[in-house]
Amino acid sequence: MSASTSAAAQTPTWRERIAGGAAVRLESLIVLAVLCAVMAALSNVFLSVSNVLNILLSTSVFGVLAIGMTFVICSAGIDLSVGSILALSGVAGAMLTSNLDLPWYVGIAGCLAMGAFTGWVNGFLITKGAIPPFIVTLGMLGVARGFALVLSDGVSIYGLPPPIVWLGQGRPFGVPVPVVILLLTALVAHVLLAHTRFGIYAQVIGDNEGAARAMGVRVERHKVMLYTLSGALSGLAGLLFAARINSGEPTAGLNYELTAITATIIGGTNLFGGRGSVVGTLIGALIMGVLQNGLNLMAVRPFYQQIAIGAVLILAVWLDRINSAEGRR
Amino acid sequence: MSLLELTGVRKTFGAIEALRGVTFSVEAGSAVALVGDNGAGKSTLMKTITGVYHPDEGEIRFDGQSLAGKDPGDIRRAGIEMIYQDLALAKMRDVAANIFLGRELTRSVLGVKLIDSKRMRGEAEAMILKLGARIKSVTQMTGHLSGGQQQSVAIARALTFNPKLVIMDEPTAALAVREVEHVLDLIRTLKGQGIAVILISHRLTDVFSVCDRIVVLRQGAVIADDATRLTSMSAVVAHIVGATDALQQGEQL
Repeated sequence: MSASTSAAAQTPTWRERIAGGAAVRLESLIVLAVLCAVMAALSNVFLSVSNVLNILLSTSVFGVLAIGMTFVICSAGIDLSVGSILALSGVAGAMLTSNLDLPWYVGIAGCLAMGAFTGWVNGFLITKGAIPPFIVTLGMLGVARGFALVLSDGVSIYGLPPPIVWLGQGRPFGVPVPVVILLLTALVAHVLLAHTRFGIYAQVIGDNEGAARAMGVRVERHKVMLYTLSGALSGLAGLLFAARINSGEPTAGLNYELTAITATIIGGTNLFGGRGSVVGTLIGALIMGVLQNGLNLMAVRPFYQQIAIGAVLILAVWLDRINSAEGRR
Repeated sequence: MSLLELTGVRKTFGAIEALRGVTFSVEAGSAVALVGDNGAGKSTLMKTITGVYHPDEGEIRFDGQSLAGKDPGDIRRAGIEMIYQDLALAKMRDVAANIFLGRELTRSVLGVKLIDSKRMRGEAEAMILKLGARIKSVTQMTGHLSGGQQQSVAIARALTFNPKLVIMDEPTAALAVREVEHVLDLIRTLKGQGIAVILISHRLTDVFSVCDRIVVLRQGAVIADDATRLTSMSAVVAHIVGATDALQQGEQL
């Protein structure tokens, strides 16, 4: 990280070019490559086309969450409520179409709107109430999950309209639709974060909030937009999740905040804000996907996956601390 | 009509009256020093001018317009720039991004406004060159620069957009002697170009060498506002520490 900046770097290095000036860490690419090599050595189906598509498919839901998380963490915030918003949005969409018999597009709009609204509430409380994001979104983790359970009466809402199910299960040209949606979301998000005022200001707020305010950035309004975006993307993830299992599930996305935060951090986004990259997050999400898939292939019990993900998060932050401490000395 | 006119500006934070009816004005092309002890209200006053705080009472007029209800972005666009004591830089972004912070140049691609980094780098480089600042490249991360270089970035940012008034909060406090002269020269140059300067400083020698007027703030109120040539270092110090009565008695003796 520090090698290219200590000397006068007149022209951006190839790494900076790829990342559009943002921080994609070579390390995370190496981790992904090594992880893939190990999994390929341990399992002969790992590199099969169907398994690779499987990995991408399972990555798509928490990948979308992690993209929203990237914006929030860049601004030195955190969103612990993404998994719960995912469930609440999925339930809302399923109720609109299955219980109220409304058309599929109302279901999709309802899903996204529910996510965006819940995220907006997060942002409103964080800015107007001056409550730390950690507390607001931790509270929302409980509130949104609770509403998902109350609305659905604790049971799955089966039977979504075919166009919605296609979003989760369709495979045009063999590529799962959620994978296409993840990649499109990542593309738009990358441009937004690295090349527009919206994204740059998110990073500047995380870097030096006072400076952002003094230079005319409307910090409070911007934060509300960031949490609304994270909520909307949680709604999108909820849509994909529900579509894939053809059901609005109140217990969907349990512990997904852990996966999304881990993917974001190992993707190189600074935990304390200021800098981040969607491309990095995508790589981070793939690392999580490969890890889960590999453990599945090796028939490791799912319980151990939780341990692995949690350990990876702590390890990634620990290594980063060691790195940055050395960089400053 | 003065460029900047403050009339009876009040600001309270809870039970604390930070500003109790501040009135003073700044003419175009002049430098006004704002001095006072720590806690006298200098920073609050400046933040009230730049729109970070809104006054509870009183009026601030700039260039014939009221600044009431305007946010920091509006006020920068009106032509007031401030160089903050902490410099207000985004340390994880490069020099060019900091110079254009809040005023990024954009180009439209398919109706989407994208940041035009190339043009920003070009113009930032020209500004750095014009100021004679010792910065190798505008693509350097700002946090990796020395304190003096970081200050050059903050100065370049304040001067890039043709301000009418530049407020400097302790610009020389952290600088070496040679760099201090550079800043004082800059203030003289700005005055020559018709740009007004408000200088907040504890270093009275700096104040006396470049400022036309000296405003002393004590406990949130203006207690002295004199032309530099009509006052003295000891009088200003006496006003700052609140020993005016004693001084007057001393003069009578």
